Amino acid sequence: MRHVGIDVGGTNTDAVLLERDQVLFSVKTPTTRDVTSGVTRALDDLLRTSRANPAQIDAVMIGTTHFTNAVVQRQGLTPVAAIRIGLPAARTLEPFVDWPPDLARLVRGRIFLLRGGHEVDGRPIVPFDRVAMRRVAREVRDAGLRSVGVTSAFSPLDPSCEEEARAILREECPDAAVTVSHDLGRIGLLARENVTLLNACLIDLARATTRAFTRALEASGIRSALYLTQNDGTVMRADYAEAFPVYSFASGPTNSMRGAAFLSGATHAIVVDVGGTTCDIGCLRNGFPREANNVIHVGGVRTLFRMPDLLSFGLGGGTLIDPADPSRIGPRSVGYELIERARVFGGSELTATDVGVAAGLIELGDRDRVAALPASFVKATLARIHAMIEEGVDRMKSDAADLPLIAVGGASFLIPDGLPGISEVITVPHHAVANAVGAAIAQVSGEVDQIFQNMSRDDAIAEARRVAAERAVSAGADPATLEAIEVEDLPLAYLPGNSLRVRVRVVGDI
Amino acid sequence: MAKPRPMTDADYEALALGAWILGTGGGGDPYHSLLEMRTLAREGRTVWLLDPLDLEDDALVAVVGQMGAPLVIQEKMTDAHVMAETIRLMERHLGRRFTAIALWEIGGNNAFQPFLAAALLDLPVVDADAMGRAFPQADMTTFAICDLPSYPWTMVDIRRNTIVFVEAEDWYWMERMTRKACTVFGSVAATCKAPRTGREIKECTILHTVSKAIRIGHVVQHARARHGDPVAALLASEGGLRLFHGKVTDVYRRTTEGYLRGSAEIEGLQEDRGSTFVLDFQNEFVIGRQDGTVRVTAPDLICVLDSVSGDAIGTETLRYGQRVTVVALPAPPLLVSEKGLQHVGPRAFGYDVNFRSVFDGAAW
Repeated sequence: MRHVGIDVGGTNTDAVLLERDQVLFSVKTPTTRDVTSGVTRALDDLLRTSRANPAQIDAVMIGTTHFTNAVVQRQGLTPVAAIRIGLPAARTLEPFVDWPPDLARLVRGRIFLLRGGHEVDGRPIVPFDRVAMRRVAREVRDAGLRSVGVTSAFSPLDPSCEEEARAILREECPDAAVTVSHDLGRIGLLARENVTLLNACLIDLARATTRAFTRALEASGIRSALYLTQNDGTVMRADYAEAFPVYSFASGPTNSMRGAAFLSGATHAIVVDVGGTTCDIGCLRNGFPREANNVIHVGGVRTLFRMPDLLSFGLGGGTLIDPADPSRIGPRSVGYELIERARVFGGSELTATDVGVAAGLIELGDRDRVAALPASFVKATLARIHAMIEEGVDRMKSDAADLPLIAVGGASFLIPDGLPGISEVITVPHHAVANAVGAAIAQVSGEVDQIFQNMSRDDAIAEARRVAAERAVSAGADPATLEAIEVEDLPLAYLPGNSLRVRVRVVGDI
Repeated sequence: MAKPRPMTDADYEALALGAWILGTGGGGDPYHSLLEMRTLAREGRTVWLLDPLDLEDDALVAVVGQMGAPLVIQEKMTDAHVMAETIRLMERHLGRRFTAIALWEIGGNNAFQPFLAAALLDLPVVDADAMGRAFPQADMTTFAICDLPSYPWTMVDIRRNTIVFVEAEDWYWMERMTRKACTVFGSVAATCKAPRTGREIKECTILHTVSKAIRIGHVVQHARARHGDPVAALLASEGGLRLFHGKVTDVYRRTTEGYLRGSAEIEGLQEDRGSTFVLDFQNEFVIGRQDGTVRVTAPDLICVLDSVSGDAIGTETLRYGQRVTVVALPAPPLLVSEKGLQHVGPRAFGYDVNFRSVFDGAAW
């Protein structure tokens, strides 16, 4: 099996070629504004250096922070019609109620609250107001809104109101993309609605991005299937990603941690990834990223996502440093303009990379251009950078015992050689492209989301696990590596025969 | 007399955090109510917090709460106007006006219901509640322990279906009747409980629990701000005990009879490795067993906290794979009195176990 893993970051686009668990080649190129040309160039570089035949690539896996960044930076978002079906419940807490105001202003196209939805026992709260739904659909069309998010009370138990709303929208405004909440979330109306609206506002960008990826593959002569990586370290097909961009939200950190585990062979470790813009610190447990317990906010929006427990702060190779004050570091970064704006590359801005070059930690660009930096300034800046990383590691480490630290990322030269509570700092080959490695080794999953009747709970869950494992294996997972990452059951009191909705998700290595 | 003080935005944020911890897994996440409270506060609606000891003996005090299953509140959320309507309904029934609103339950979402209603009705809120935590049943209150009358009650749902429960044989009957009605309403309803006099509030509640919840909220906030251990800070501040640390490996949940019932299994990590902790719940955590042996029961407060942030984790938000710390906080003395234990001891929840406080030091 030959896999290409690509990581499209805010600063660099990295690509690796993996064959039978070996990283054969890796390349690093700057990310471009249009995404496509950066990916095309990374693929071309990779194919040229490796002399691989594009026709012999079995799969391309792309991890991208594009969608998260769009939300965080409030760019490229589509205004959304938010339809909630549940009145007279939750009347006072409208859609977008807990969004940051600036993001809500961009995304909030129109808000519609309709009577309908279900009770926990499956009865309607009130009959669904289909007449109003049709009127709303026409208003959506007349307002020219291209994306709609529909959320109905208790839709994970009974999706019928959302299904009907989608059917009416298809009739009245066939061009609008419709995201329905039961496709994305569990019980918890507000958080499920938030994820639905986030997905809806990324629909145009998702379409443009996945098509840009597809074009880049075609331009490079690769005919294999294209996958995008998801939050949980598994992949989804590009056409699925086009409909559900939110699923890729935290794939970057997941990829970098899984890549670090793969490259180092470590199973219990702290991973510090210093990229162009941020420093991300996470923990590996049994080779997997430790998951965050608490409610996850994306761009300030509360969600029910599962994400790696990650501490992220503004420190990377492109981070700006105040030439007058070594303690003022970041959080702004020159991003993908590093090779134009950093001093060692002929620019005028002082970045963390310039300090690293001046200190002799790395050879990049023209060292003479930073020769004038006073040694005391370089030393003080580095001390401050080291202190920032040490503090972050200390916050993330929950074991009393010393752990190894795996240093990855293009600017990992900023990580100190020794830290308190750390047994050793491990730097591995290809560490600078750990994200792309993580994408290339992404796992496949098997999922079951099914209603079981006339079975005990234990039997239903065991059966769901068995089927999910079977599906994972038939999707290419190694049976020895299977693990259930999600087990959830929901009784459906309104159906006969002790009905139980069971969701199980099993993942495994390819 | 101490002057009533205005509740601030910071008070509400800390109250949400502290009340959720005092919810002992139940009472529902106060998040939605906090959102609604923020909106009302932004509209300039200030609520005043009143020391119960300053109440006139003959003051007429409303006691309110949202009744139902926490999981359902996650979908149907909350509405200050419906809560205010139950109080107006009670006033119409009594033919008298209330002078203040007291809390039914400091634990969880119900910590906010009096404030939401008070913001609309322009009444002060009394710094006291009838549980000192959260409990699933009306007969598990200080009013029931003190044998005060259980009636009348009013109940309103989101459709504005309304019921007045004029009289009940005792607290158990009131619980049974209202629970049935609540289930018909979709397992959540706004209720105004039996009205109380100022004197009854002073003698038969847990005093100053709003202040306690706010204090707990601040302790956790401060520990987080200085990157300390919020769980340790909470235990130090409230005299609590750390019982278990581990990872959630199974959650069994059923919404029946208007309650959320079930159990959660936690596999030990670090010093608890090799050991298993099982928590049973009926809305709230009732009993905790370690490797099959009872370790802690209600009315001791059993709280499951996020090991890192110190946030409470509710019985409806427990999830496979979470890393949690189980802690106990001491119960108010009235709850562990002989009469108190008849109402809120393990036998009141159907467990054939005598109550022995985890704080008595004796091992089970």
